[in-house]
Amino acid sequence: MSAVNQALRRIPVWAVYLLGAIPAPWLLYRALTGGLGVEPISALEHKLGELALQLLILGLAVTPLRQYLGLNLLKFRRAIGVLAFSYVTLHLLVWLFLDVQVLGQIWADIVKRPYITVGMAGFLLLVPLAVTSNNCSVRRLGPRWRKLHVLVYPAVLLGGLHYVMLAKGFQPEPLIYLSVISGLLLLRLPLSSLMTRSRRIDSA
Amino acid sequence: MAHRWTNTLTHADVTPRSAFLNRRQIMAGLAGVGLTAMARPAAAQEALEPNTWEEITSYNNFYEFGTRKDDPAKYAHTLVTEPWSVQIDGLVDRPGDYDFQDIMSEMTVEERIYRFRCVEAWSMVIPWNGFELADLLNMAGVQEGAKYVAFETAYRPDEMPGTRFPVLEWPYREGLRLDEAMHPLTIMATGIYDRPIPNQNGAPLRLVVPWKYGFKSIKSIVKITLTEDEPPTSWNMSAPHEYGFYSNVNPNVNHPRWSQASERQVGGGLFAKRIPTLMFNGYEAEVAGLYEGMDLRENY
Repeated sequence: MSAVNQALRRIPVWAVYLLGAIPAPWLLYRALTGGLGVEPISALEHKLGELALQLLILGLAVTPLRQYLGLNLLKFRRAIGVLAFSYVTLHLLVWLFLDVQVLGQIWADIVKRPYITVGMAGFLLLVPLAVTSNNCSVRRLGPRWRKLHVLVYPAVLLGGLHYVMLAKGFQPEPLIYLSVISGLLLLRLPLSSLMTRSRRIDSA
Repeated sequence: MAHRWTNTLTHADVTPRSAFLNRRQIMAGLAGVGLTAMARPAAAQEALEPNTWEEITSYNNFYEFGTRKDDPAKYAHTLVTEPWSVQIDGLVDRPGDYDFQDIMSEMTVEERIYRFRCVEAWSMVIPWNGFELADLLNMAGVQEGAKYVAFETAYRPDEMPGTRFPVLEWPYREGLRLDEAMHPLTIMATGIYDRPIPNQNGAPLRLVVPWKYGFKSIKSIVKITLTEDEPPTSWNMSAPHEYGFYSNVNPNVNHPRWSQASERQVGGGLFAKRIPTLMFNGYEAEVAGLYEGMDLRENY
């Protein structure tokens, strides 16, 4: 594992940003040229949402991966988080401007449709985290930064729930996402910290 | 009984058969020299943009083959549709297994250009080929006490990868009230654009009830039962507060999770505008009478 960690250390953070950003223009290009099928609006919306969830899950996995497997991705955690937030935002923008279109309808949907209320709440919880994802905020907020960023737990859970709630019928995929998210959150319960006391030091 | 209904969407609303496979290129070519206007009568121009063969056959909900829209086109080829028979039983004079070819030799196939509105708020215009369900039911002889018609889709796990997971309780079931089933708009579709209906669209025969949400138009039917009581239907069994037995297209009654006031026509690209959804999907004049005196909010 130390060889892997050593190799990872050599990867610059900007490369992760770049790699993570590629799907956005690629998806847009495919949506415009028929690559996402004959109904590109919902396809694009869905793909962006899925990518956002995958990145959020990856972000949640950073601490357990280090703790249980010794894999150190800490250096890339901010990039993963900022990318995840960007995809959540793009997903929201596609919903607003390409899907719903009617501005009067948007507020009605947010308050009347539980899966949208839940998704929107998740997004709002992520906003302060995105705003404070810089060194200056970390310095200024001190220990409060860590407390603030605990908000990512309910946010990701709401994201997973949002996916489950919008599915028609009993579908496997959204349930798999929600199980993975729940599993990663369960690993953070005090129960598991009894087994590994040292965990407390680097968990966040 | 055939020819009881005349298309309101005419052939002018459908891409010429010779061109439907590459409509986009042809339209692009014609638009430049202003020939598109000449190719269609003025009245039809305000009518709906028809869907291409590609659109109709690549964007499907057929959960027996997966829940993604492109899953049926990818996986439905495994469904064996020859030979095929439909078991017709219940309150009929001549119950039995009806061979698909035998049915076809008795039926008058005609073209019906219908709007198709999915409960998910997308829509298409589809040129079906098929026969009236009434003709098939009369072939079996509907008995006096029959009030409903129940339908079942084939359930073959070996040929239907999507059934390995209980997305719904298989087999897929649907039902109509007898008067809905006997209505001249209600057809059994066996083709699209004069070609045999592809597996992903419900080969070899499927129901089409154009004034109801798409999920009522059950695909790849193997069983039809005439009953006295309202039969159970798959989506109603799965989520009764979301999907009622009637499921008539109604812009005034929203799905609990999304609005039904508008729809997006498939094929409009990334910047497609939503259009208002019509009461009974535009077939109000023909079918509103079936529901006279009924509270459509209660009977959604």
